[in-house]
Amino acid sequence: MRQTNAIIVKNVTKHFGKLTALESVSLRAQQGRVTGLLGPNGAGKSTLIKIMTTLLPPDKGDVSVDGIDVVSNPRMARTRLGLAGQSAAVDGFLTGRETLTMVARLYGLGAKQAKKRAQELIDRLGLQDAANRQAKTYSGGMRRRLDLGASLVATPKVLFLDEPTTGLDPRTRLQLWEIIRDLVKQGVTILLTTEYLDEADALCDYIYVIDKGKMIIEGTADDLKKSLGQDIIEVKVSEKNLNTAMLVLSKMLKRDVETDELTRRLRLQTKSGADDLLKVAATLRKAKIKVEELNLHRPTLDDVFLAVTDGGSN
Amino acid sequence: MNGLSNTIQIVKRNVKRNFRIPQLLIFSSIQPVIFLLLFNYVFGGAITSGENVKYINFLLPGILAQVALFGAIQTGVGLAEDLNKGVIDRFRSLPIARYAVLAGRTLADAVRNVFVIFLISGVGILLGFRYQRGIGYFLLGAGLIVLFTYAFSWISAVIGLLLRDTETVQVAGFLWVFPLVFASSVFVPVQTMPGWLRVFARNQPVTQVVNAVRHLTQGNVINGNAYIWITLLWVVGIIAVFAPLAVWRYRKIQ
Repeated sequence: MRQTNAIIVKNVTKHFGKLTALESVSLRAQQGRVTGLLGPNGAGKSTLIKIMTTLLPPDKGDVSVDGIDVVSNPRMARTRLGLAGQSAAVDGFLTGRETLTMVARLYGLGAKQAKKRAQELIDRLGLQDAANRQAKTYSGGMRRRLDLGASLVATPKVLFLDEPTTGLDPRTRLQLWEIIRDLVKQGVTILLTTEYLDEADALCDYIYVIDKGKMIIEGTADDLKKSLGQDIIEVKVSEKNLNTAMLVLSKMLKRDVETDELTRRLRLQTKSGADDLLKVAATLRKAKIKVEELNLHRPTLDDVFLAVTDGGSN
Repeated sequence: MNGLSNTIQIVKRNVKRNFRIPQLLIFSSIQPVIFLLLFNYVFGGAITSGENVKYINFLLPGILAQVALFGAIQTGVGLAEDLNKGVIDRFRSLPIARYAVLAGRTLADAVRNVFVIFLISGVGILLGFRYQRGIGYFLLGAGLIVLFTYAFSWISAVIGLLLRDTETVQVAGFLWVFPLVFASSVFVPVQTMPGWLRVFARNQPVTQVVNAVRHLTQGNVINGNAYIWITLLWVVGIIAVFAPLAVWRYRKIQ
């Protein structure tokens, strides 16, 4: 079956005065998948989200969400999309239940239906205990869940999450990831922005990296990592063995091995990671060198990110 | 119909905001009472409010207008706050009527002004205020003030959407409301003002509404009914200009 795109962004350009926020940016998000938009602060992520969610008109270019042209038919588009923002636009003076009920009423549900829908979302997001408390008493994670709940009221087909886990503790982040995965299982298309590369790695089927208003690179997490090249083997030995280890490994690989005396580590780039890892282990054992640590790692998204984005030169 | 139902939801949200945030509740209840006490006891002895007119009877309609206008400043402040918090973005991402967020805000502030007006009137009665023409006319007067400040809420909304920073909006609010409140018949009869100021004070809208309410509560104002009609004209005029302007600014939010 041919995959359809739930979000299509074509050559979108946006200026704020003299500042070019986005320059001919294009993006496609497959239906029922999680697409990640990665980039440093000020890269244009939020601007693009605002354009895709009808909050901001583009200067040039086309945007469609669930087949609806966002620019010419924003009101229709708003019935198909949900937006949970990074600032967690939750009213502290309303209870969780009141917020969800209000949003449901704003979507046009009757009083009874709205109450029912609010209860469903409260149960689904695990907010039962807090539902009748004012949101100002909520923890950061609870606020995010409530914010997410508000964006789910009308069962959107396409959900935009602008930095959904920024500032959350690790456990709460994992909870939110679970909720996001559940949504995907139900067929929701998700586009999320994040500054956390492990988050993109864990959640996203496809990733776009944006910097200074331009798309720099795209692909699956694996594609992006591979684009950076080879896997890396790291060996840590005691100080007195460092030299010997370097010699035997150089001899084995028939090339120089990068040595860091400070951390007592040897770094070897490798094409066939697992095979080489075994060889390295055997060689070191034969030379009776005690190994403190031995690991093989692929380049992380951090490595990719740092390589392709302009590391904060301004 | 859809827009009306949207508006009602936003009104409910904002009314809860106005009454659940402690600072706002203090601003809208204790502060007006302090104004009333201060002006009555500090100025009361020094100001001649007319023959056989107790100052509190002269002052109360003015204070009602003043506190309600100060309340209108909060319309812009509240909108700026919602803009900065991202609440407006949430509303804008929903398929709701354009004007609902603004109408919901101005109406909720009108609800708060109803509360303030009854509070101040109650305290006023304790201080000796009497409505000479009966409760019916008094309620008409209260309604006129609510309507008048509702119109001013739309001006405040435009300012809030233009300036967007809560503190700036607050300061700017006092900037345009203070001259209107003080260069008027709110606290003193305008006769003692210098000529150029008297012309302004006599003709500006706050004096119209205050005189109209004095007429409705005391019945001692010459051409009292005319003030009522002029006030209503101001209300219609201000809303006709500033409501579309506010909606236009709202649509331009980026």
